[in-house]
Amino acid sequence: MTTEVTMRIWRGDPSGGDFANYVLAAVEGEVVLDVIHRVQAGPAPDLACRWNCKAGKCGSCSAEINGLPRLMCMTRMDTLPEGEPVAVAPMRTFPIIRDLVTDVSFNYEMARQVPPFLPQPPEADGTYRMAQIDVERGQEFRKCIECFLCQDVCHVIRDHEENKPRYAGPRLFIRYMELESHPLDTNDRRELLRERMGLGMCNITKCCSEVCPEHIKITDNAIIPLKERVVDDSYDPVAWLGRKILRRTKRAERVVRIDDPAGLEEPVDPANSR
Amino acid sequence: MAEGGAAAALGTVWPEDNWKVHFRDTMRGGKLLNNWRMAELHAQEAPDRIYELEAWGALFDRTKDGRILQRDFGGHRYARLAHVGDRTGLELIRTLQQRAVALGIEVFMECKILRLLKNGEGAVNGAVGYWRTTGEAVAFSAKAFVMATGGIGRSWKYTTNSWESTGDGHALALWAGADLIDMECMQFHPTGMVWPLSVRGILVTEGVRGDGGVLRNSQGRRFMFDYIPPMFAAETAESEDEADRWYEDHANNRRPPELLPRDEVARSINAEVKAGRGSPHGGVLLDIASRRSNEYIRRRLPSMYHQFKELAGVDITSEPMEVGPTCHYIMGGVRVDAETTATTVPGLFAAGEVAGGLHGANRLGGNSLSDLLVFGRRAGIGAADFAEGATASSALDPADVAAIIRGATTSLEREDGESPYEIQHDLQETMHNLVGIIRTERELLEALDALETLKDRTAKVAVSGGGVYNPGWNLATDLPAMLAVSSLVTRGALARRESRGGHTRDDYPGADPGLGRVNLVQHLDSDGQYVLVAEPLPDMPAELAALLEEDPS
Repeated sequence: MTTEVTMRIWRGDPSGGDFANYVLAAVEGEVVLDVIHRVQAGPAPDLACRWNCKAGKCGSCSAEINGLPRLMCMTRMDTLPEGEPVAVAPMRTFPIIRDLVTDVSFNYEMARQVPPFLPQPPEADGTYRMAQIDVERGQEFRKCIECFLCQDVCHVIRDHEENKPRYAGPRLFIRYMELESHPLDTNDRRELLRERMGLGMCNITKCCSEVCPEHIKITDNAIIPLKERVVDDSYDPVAWLGRKILRRTKRAERVVRIDDPAGLEEPVDPANSR
Repeated sequence: MAEGGAAAALGTVWPEDNWKVHFRDTMRGGKLLNNWRMAELHAQEAPDRIYELEAWGALFDRTKDGRILQRDFGGHRYARLAHVGDRTGLELIRTLQQRAVALGIEVFMECKILRLLKNGEGAVNGAVGYWRTTGEAVAFSAKAFVMATGGIGRSWKYTTNSWESTGDGHALALWAGADLIDMECMQFHPTGMVWPLSVRGILVTEGVRGDGGVLRNSQGRRFMFDYIPPMFAAETAESEDEADRWYEDHANNRRPPELLPRDEVARSINAEVKAGRGSPHGGVLLDIASRRSNEYIRRRLPSMYHQFKELAGVDITSEPMEVGPTCHYIMGGVRVDAETTATTVPGLFAAGEVAGGLHGANRLGGNSLSDLLVFGRRAGIGAADFAEGATASSALDPADVAAIIRGATTSLEREDGESPYEIQHDLQETMHNLVGIIRTERELLEALDALETLKDRTAKVAVSGGGVYNPGWNLATDLPAMLAVSSLVTRGALARRESRGGHTRDDYPGADPGLGRVNLVQHLDSDGQYVLVAEPLPDMPAELAALLEEDPS
């Protein structure tokens, strides 16, 4: 085991910034967030980062570690290449506040537009009956810790600020699917999803599913079923399947190039995606 | 984060369960130091609050007939915890968050409150703080304020709590002139992670034991059978066979000793480690791997599986976990009226962990989430009623606001001084070493001296980097509250010369019936000096007292 670690941490504000190097002693069993804390307690007490539970449950310490969107508290130092500097940068999809802290209010704006849960009337005794198998569908999506790593990696908005007003993004798509699959809900959100939430702009590259720390099958279990539900007469299943297979073959090269938006496809216009 | 579930006598799994049994369990678990009226309201109203969450979209795990499933937890006579796997706290957060969004409630995020202000009539009418994202000052004026600030674990070295658990609400109330009760009663959760060091203290849910996990020492012995206290002997299994049968048949068997209340289990683990029978890294072994199937463990405890796999490299379906006590919860807190959650200062309300009384000297697992639901609602109603009737001015004096902000920003302007992180480190060492799970008078007095020194050092901290999202500055503004609350705990612990619930004195190992009948009430006098008075507990009606004596078998 090496005795030192070099952290390359992005420091800056909305006007700009750069990576700064910090060299610290290596400590067995640490995660990236532990080392960030040691930087704060030592050379940089003003290093800004969000964190809360340090157990992968609150979703606040999201960052890009060596270019990959991850939770700092769940990334063990000994899983990163030994002897090489560890680069830690803020999520790129959201505006910088300071250092590793970004303004994620876009997600809250989108959450406010979700038509609320509207339950059917309860049983005669005032309570509800639901089967375990039926609640499990929604429970998968309610595991979401709102780390917004899926929003960060989604290329529809990652480098396309202009798409944000008309694109809810993976986090909100699973929220819509959670409500769609809720055994008690009676609200219909399909028209809204198709017309205003940009569901068609997602071209099923599954980047979001890959970075999800809760291993929610965002694409397979939420986005694709939603697309099927909102589909209109012009839907062509053969063409859709063809696109899906094509995208999968392209995906392998994309994973290692998350930091290189030039290698990513342009978002597909909803009008042309079907 | 809260994992196991919310306790409510729904009676969906055990029709025998009802609010009276829940009341009895809560009071006995709290070693009868509880506020009986809070315990009564809590037990009576918890089921309605759970059903309310369901009507707002929560998806609890189900029974075979489609009702809300309930899980076994320590100190609860029947399976009573409504839950969602082992992430129930997250389910509550999401449900309430989504409900707030649906109602269009405005939420001020990342805003830190430094002090409360009072009007000429002594009612709280203002809160002054700053925005984390800009460093700019903000003052809220209102006719009523509710504190829901949670706990104080940040001041201890190993804790399950978030970094935000700095006791701000306890301190704000103290500085505003409110009474606090029984601050010495702190809960050390028996099962926190112990290895690797960087995750030491992170919560391992009691659900592991509720679902069949057992505690063993280095010799492989289920040592909890050696620590069954007389108060719970009649309702605890005598043999491993009986304990194992209980999971399937509650009626003819008694509970495993691993499911004794948390104070008992934490002390027992501490004693085993001290006697040299601990695990390699100074805990004991929590084993569910040898007792339940891989599939069962992963379905019931997905977060625990994930947490140990990712952070410790341990597969809990095939090997035991190393666990030990970790600072988890404060039962003591701001003194409140049971019906309205009003504190002793007009216009100020408190609900949840920041409030004291419901849990007495020891909280049962699952009673925290139901506490939030029951008294969170009561606080809202109480504060709204108060605001409606309030006639005094809620206008703030700009000079008062400016003085508070000036006090908080001096550390930013100081050129030379100590880092707030050094003071936090020394505070955590002090509280861990001297005001931990086992206490003595000598060490508590030493802690009071150390806290004085830390207070002097805090007055001279310096931080650089400006006010925008500056964690060093934020910590500097946290330290006064952390020190005040640490002082309250230490003073309470000195005065309670007995062992009761979460408060254990090595020099007074037994319970003192006299002290069992009083709350230790603390406040600041007009000179800012700490005052501690013992006051008798409220009288419990005879019909409730009778419930406590009922034969549990």
